[in-house]
Amino acid sequence: MSELFRRYGSGITYTAVGLTAFWLLILVIFPYAGLFEQSFRPYLPVTEINGPNDHYFLHNYLVLFSNPQDMTFGFGGSGVTIPIPIHLWVFFITILYSSVATLAVLLICYPIAYCLAKVMPSALLPSYLLLLVIPLWVSELMRSFSWYIILSLKGPLTIVLQSLGIITDPIHWTWGMNGYSGIIVGLIYTYILFMLFPIYNAMTSLDSNQIEAAEDLGAGIFKTHWRVVMPHCKPGIASGCVTVFMLSAGSLLVPSLLASPKSRWFTEVIQQWMFETHDWNAGAAYAFILLFTCTAFVTLMMRLFKVGFTDIAK
Amino acid sequence: MTASVELRDVTMDFAKYRAVDNVSVKINPGEFFSFLGPSGCGKTTILRMVSGFIEPSQGQVLIGDKDMKGIGPNKRPTAMIFQNLALFPLMTVWENISFGLEVRGVNKAARRARAEELLNLVELPGVGDRFASQLSGGQRQRVAIARALAVEPEVMLLDEPLSALDLKLRQHMRAELRAIQKRTNVTFIYITHDQGEALAMSDRVAVMSRGKIQQVDVPQKIYNTPSNGFVASFVGENNKFSGRVSSVSNGLGKFKSDVGEFAVTLGEGVNKDSKCRLYVRPENVVFAAKPKSGANAVPVTVESVSFEGNFATVNMRDKKGHRLSAEVRNDPSNLPPQVGTSTSIVFDQEKALALLDSEAVAYEEKE
Amino acid sequence: MAFKPTQTILQAYSYVFLGYLLLPLVVMCGAAFNDSRFPTILPWNGFTWRWFAELYNDTTIWQATANTGLVAIAVVAISVPIGVAGAILVNSLKGRSRTLLYATMIAPILTPGAVIGISTLLFWYKFNAPAGLQISVLAQTSFIAAYVMLMVLARLQSFDGALEEAALDLGASHAQMLRRVLLPHLYPAILGGAVLAFFQSVENFNATQFTRGASTTLTVYVGSKVRTGITPSICALAAIMISITILGAIIYEIIRRNNLAKAETLQAQ
Repeated sequence: MSELFRRYGSGITYTAVGLTAFWLLILVIFPYAGLFEQSFRPYLPVTEINGPNDHYFLHNYLVLFSNPQDMTFGFGGSGVTIPIPIHLWVFFITILYSSVATLAVLLICYPIAYCLAKVMPSALLPSYLLLLVIPLWVSELMRSFSWYIILSLKGPLTIVLQSLGIITDPIHWTWGMNGYSGIIVGLIYTYILFMLFPIYNAMTSLDSNQIEAAEDLGAGIFKTHWRVVMPHCKPGIASGCVTVFMLSAGSLLVPSLLASPKSRWFTEVIQQWMFETHDWNAGAAYAFILLFTCTAFVTLMMRLFKVGFTDIAK
Repeated sequence: MTASVELRDVTMDFAKYRAVDNVSVKINPGEFFSFLGPSGCGKTTILRMVSGFIEPSQGQVLIGDKDMKGIGPNKRPTAMIFQNLALFPLMTVWENISFGLEVRGVNKAARRARAEELLNLVELPGVGDRFASQLSGGQRQRVAIARALAVEPEVMLLDEPLSALDLKLRQHMRAELRAIQKRTNVTFIYITHDQGEALAMSDRVAVMSRGKIQQVDVPQKIYNTPSNGFVASFVGENNKFSGRVSSVSNGLGKFKSDVGEFAVTLGEGVNKDSKCRLYVRPENVVFAAKPKSGANAVPVTVESVSFEGNFATVNMRDKKGHRLSAEVRNDPSNLPPQVGTSTSIVFDQEKALALLDSEAVAYEEKE
Repeated sequence: MAFKPTQTILQAYSYVFLGYLLLPLVVMCGAAFNDSRFPTILPWNGFTWRWFAELYNDTTIWQATANTGLVAIAVVAISVPIGVAGAILVNSLKGRSRTLLYATMIAPILTPGAVIGISTLLFWYKFNAPAGLQISVLAQTSFIAAYVMLMVLARLQSFDGALEEAALDLGASHAQMLRRVLLPHLYPAILGGAVLAFFQSVENFNATQFTRGASTTLTVYVGSKVRTGITPSICALAAIMISITILGAIIYEIIRRNNLAKAETLQAQ
């Protein structure tokens, strides 16, 4: 700190510290702390706040485990029926399908990243990257919305397949996979570039000589990637997975746009608490559950891939 | 305008070590003064204390007899030439040079004129509108000097400015810097690890090691009468003999080593039980096939002779296998002995110095 | 070499991927011109401009666009100084305090927008500030400032600290040093950060959705219009926004290639 004063003088130091403090305390730390605190309070009319009924309790979190509904697991007509709390189920599905989307995105992107970094001729690369970056700049809304159009009941996909004779009647594309097919397709498309760029960046820093050396020593494609390329790209892969997972789990646009009658996303439940039930405290609790899950995922990825915190930069 | 610089009992402690240990030295106005020493000896720290980027942990820094405590670098009458020159890349050459004037509110025309004046002084007319990246190493050097001179400092601080230049340019710039200093009479404080530079340019040199000053003197004395083993080793070449002083009489004495007993001159603080070594410079050693009795003589066998241009280095071994060397001027009428010859070397008592081992250096003898 | 056919397959796959990315956007833009009540490109009923006309006449869209612009400008105005300050601060620290500060600053980037929105909403509600666009500005700034900080920090790390010292040594005050030496070096990153902040703000949905109250922004309006039934006027909007993006991408590329050429000629000198 004294280093700062020496280097920049008191005026600038105070300004820099002041602005940063405003940002981190007022815009970040205090609100998060407030969120945490509020999630433990009951939903009371204004007059009763700070009164006798206002005390800390876990109820908001436990609501997650209430309202069981019967869910049947199995194929055909048979199967096992278990009562599961509805919100817990939504939470589970959100995590599950976000993970599915993340994995799918990883599998699709990895070869592309490799191709761009090592295979594609460098004359074509700038133009390719320019085209690639357009969907990114166009905004999440546009990306999600375009699939809304494609997957709509009488939309282009249906028409094309009908005219090719592959299907006869229009299909509800979003109804597959228990009603989540549209969402998963949307998540993959909307967030795929957030996996591509970190892995691509990691790959460009890999010395091609290492790959050639591995070949030279007799390793096949899979061995080379598993033992040479992937370990080098671990930070990029971890960063991409974290980003895609968190964007998916926290996504509101994609699940709303590509919803089916049966689909529900955890963020939509939060939205419901906030703006339909108007129970902001319960909303806070659920938001915190989401935050906690994402943090746990980040930590898991960091442990799994043995990378540090400083790799999650754009 | 020129000023004296004084360090009084200055110590600098960093978190883990002491960079400067109780240094006191007085530099006269208009003097070209060098701090000479290996990396890590503390010379850079001293420079940064004089310029004001660091405050000493203990002691005082005085410029022109005024205590500089608490006075920031922008308020001191000093100007620094940085090791990597630190020319502002986004400004033209003339804007760089006149930057010091700009921040003092001088108007543009006056600044431009002064910049041109200084470019002429450093013999770089007409490059005012170029950018630093477009100039050569030597040219950039001179721009840095012009920039520092523009603020009319009383003290110029130079941080190993020639280390990045090639040999010929370095030698040229040595003369240039010396000339500029003489012309402007500004006090120059110059730090370097190159002893040739320090000796060639300075009025006085301070040899430093491990945060302590080992000797402050004019270059001739540093070279001819080093005060301890470190200075003798760091500056110039030496033949070293291990042993001990066997007798003392009035600054002279006898030194007993494993290849003979020699009449020597005693260095500072040397007496009978001092830990010391004997130092004889290669150029002070003469070949004698049949040395006179009583002379300082060492029988040797010549191992190799390397011709270096204006002199030749003769590498030898004495009877106990220690390596010795002699420097012989290039004189066709006085050729060095051939490889394999057994002969002796002799040296005078005044040129044989018994000097204290300085705790500044860990001595490793690998023979 | 055994890798050759793989390379061709890989390249083909990359082009398919590019098509996969661009095709949906093409479809969406195409639907803006199709004379069909429901947004689609097939069946093609004929070329029309009517959806653009409908867009033009939709007053809510204009209001939403104005709101989006105001919010974005406010976000840029706040997040750029904050981001620069944060970058300078974190750059002058070392060791554990640096890591801690850095982690705190990028935490908002890793936080779901819903959480950012709700926490900001709840916090300001304590001070009786109701939901509205001002709250949205604050919510967006909390993480957009982090993006600005990252850009400026990267640029700061290529800055030679000796230049600061040289300026001071020549007699500059700290403010003069900042203005004449440090900030000029940072301008490209500051400008880039401002542009990035602007677009991040425009496209933000989650944090804005939870904090906006009764007002609306473009992204939120379009996102929520889906539930109430849409016409291809939304596609017209999309077509306009995509065209602007493509234009921006082309300009960016031209500037980038120019800078590259300039650097090369300077190098060669």
